[in-house]
Amino acid sequence: MSARRIFSRPARFAAIAPYVWMVLFFLVPFAFVAKISLSQTAIAQPPYTPVFSLAEGWSSLSEAFAALSLDNFRLLLSDDLYLASYLRSVIVALTSTAILLLIGYPIAYGMARLPKRWQGIAMMLVIIPFWTSFLIRIYAWVNILQHDGLLNQILLALHLVSTPVVWLSTDSAMYVGIVYSYLPFMILPLFATLTKLEPALEEAAADLGATPREIFWLVTFPLSLPGVGAGALLCFIPIVGEFVIPDLLAGSKSLMIGQTLWLEFFTNKDWPVASSIAVVLLAVLLLPLLLYDRLQRRQLEESR
Amino acid sequence: MADDIATSEPAAEPAPSPQGEQRPDPQPPVLRIENVVKTFGSFRAVDGLSLDIRAGEFFALLGPSGCGKTTLLRMLAGFEAPDEGRILLSGEDIAQMLPHQRPVNMMFQNYALFPHLNVRDNIAFGLRRAGMPRAEIATRVAEMVALVRLEGLEKRKPDQLSGGQKQRVALARSLARRPQVLLLDEPMAALDKKLRETTQAELMELQRRLGMTFIIVTHDQEEAMTVATRIGVMNAGRLEQVAVPRRLYEEPASRWVAEFVGDINLFEGEVTAREPLRLRVATATAGELVAAQPVAAIGEGRVAVAIRPEKIRLALRRPAGDAAAINCVEGAITDASYLGGKTVYKVRLDGGAVLHAAQANTARLDADGYGLNQRIVAWFTPDDCVVLER
Repeated sequence: MSARRIFSRPARFAAIAPYVWMVLFFLVPFAFVAKISLSQTAIAQPPYTPVFSLAEGWSSLSEAFAALSLDNFRLLLSDDLYLASYLRSVIVALTSTAILLLIGYPIAYGMARLPKRWQGIAMMLVIIPFWTSFLIRIYAWVNILQHDGLLNQILLALHLVSTPVVWLSTDSAMYVGIVYSYLPFMILPLFATLTKLEPALEEAAADLGATPREIFWLVTFPLSLPGVGAGALLCFIPIVGEFVIPDLLAGSKSLMIGQTLWLEFFTNKDWPVASSIAVVLLAVLLLPLLLYDRLQRRQLEESR
Repeated sequence: MADDIATSEPAAEPAPSPQGEQRPDPQPPVLRIENVVKTFGSFRAVDGLSLDIRAGEFFALLGPSGCGKTTLLRMLAGFEAPDEGRILLSGEDIAQMLPHQRPVNMMFQNYALFPHLNVRDNIAFGLRRAGMPRAEIATRVAEMVALVRLEGLEKRKPDQLSGGQKQRVALARSLARRPQVLLLDEPMAALDKKLRETTQAELMELQRRLGMTFIIVTHDQEEAMTVATRIGVMNAGRLEQVAVPRRLYEEPASRWVAEFVGDINLFEGEVTAREPLRLRVATATAGELVAAQPVAAIGEGRVAVAIRPEKIRLALRRPAGDAAAINCVEGAITDASYLGGKTVYKVRLDGGAVLHAAQANTARLDADGYGLNQRIVAWFTPDDCVVLER
């Protein structure tokens, strides 16, 4: 109990600051969204009913409560459009995460094996894209992938194709954009785990007769699984809700849930349905989020 | 010069040594290191080193940190490839062989146990890589577990084990493949003193029982003396001396070895007279000293007379008898350290040198010994002196 005294007053404020942040900028807004998701759309300002207000006294408030319903969630279940969107989001996120892992792992592994003084430079190269706005980078991809874009110009110049290939507005373009954007989030946790790996473990494996391939699959890879998990979740979770990349690079045939939400909100002006989509999205992501949280905690405990 | 000692000592030793060192077996050595060089950049970590290790030996590589002993061990394990020279294991050159192809195993300094595998799987790791049948692996693992007394802990993960238990798992894992040579890299550095002593005894017992060849790297000379049948003292990438522990201590080959192993008094001087069995050396700080003629011929030039602190006797008066037959120096006590079994006195000699003299505390009710500033006579026999040229 003497530990309490160690922390000064400012230190204790610092400890609760994250919770204050969470309440102000996550829980309170989410409560608004959750409430709207239970409301009905209306041609009004704001565009839904009921509106909680104390102006007309307590009785009106209880009436407003009675007017809340789960209709929007029933709609989500009954209309295939939403289900298909959720499904597409999860499939795109899973596929992207798999591609990211396949590309990111070798890069992180190579970086971890560089001499110490080169590691800083390699890390820099991974991070440098962040110096440019995300939106600008995605528009750059539009530029590269469009009909007369850089990619087609190169392919034509090399006589690899005779007519321009359609890249833009395809799933391939979307995956290029997603993988390009999220690669650092895959590489960095993997790199952190791999550099922490004691080199003596791989030497011990070699000493006990393991071939380089066996060393990787029996020692290095299993011990890097926390990094694999962290990287995968760090990519998977935001990709499920991704809006900008599919909107700018993918075709409009099938939508990811972020796009559907955008449509409901801005085109249909149906805030309650948009809100219920967001609530369900959060529920879908809750499991991976909790998983990620547990992984982070365990790593924190191990590093102690 | 260092080369000389290093290469000639194990193979072509002079005839019967007084300390009763075992004669080299007529059979070829299990491990022969020939003129091995390893450089890192411009730094020569191992500098033209040659050494023979006999089958069944418990050999210790002893030296200060940075002397190249670990690099040498890593070359034997295959983690480093020598730039020059050969490493012959049972006659086959393994210098360029990869670690997983070598019939040697290593016990790592911090054990390097696989944290994701339990005790059994750690021990079985090497056996599985060798493609041993399942049933045989189970038998061998059980045998190893019994050997290092880890019964009941087979399912534990390394982080659920104590330091001593981890050490035994590491030992069992490295022994499981029955290597021709077992390499031990500071195997007891992470253990506390008491545990280290019992572990040393267990290790020696194990080595004798298995009849295997052990090579241990250590910076702890007491540990090397305790466990090893032969010790190679390394300095700056070379072997300074290879000898049984007793010879290393009583007949150091160089000033460096003399000062590195144990405590010693060194007096610089010049040889003034050569008698059939004796050398007279005039020293600047301790007067003229008589020393027994060493085995190797002493040339002209400066030498050092070396005498171990416990070989020196202290008295209030010169001892009676043949004054010429012993070395007597006089001075005053400047410091006394009571260490339990012995007391170490520092004596400032009239010639200027500071002499360390250790007196065994043989009787419990002995007097308090000598006081500070007390005038004292220190004497020692010529046979207890070693004359060192380099």
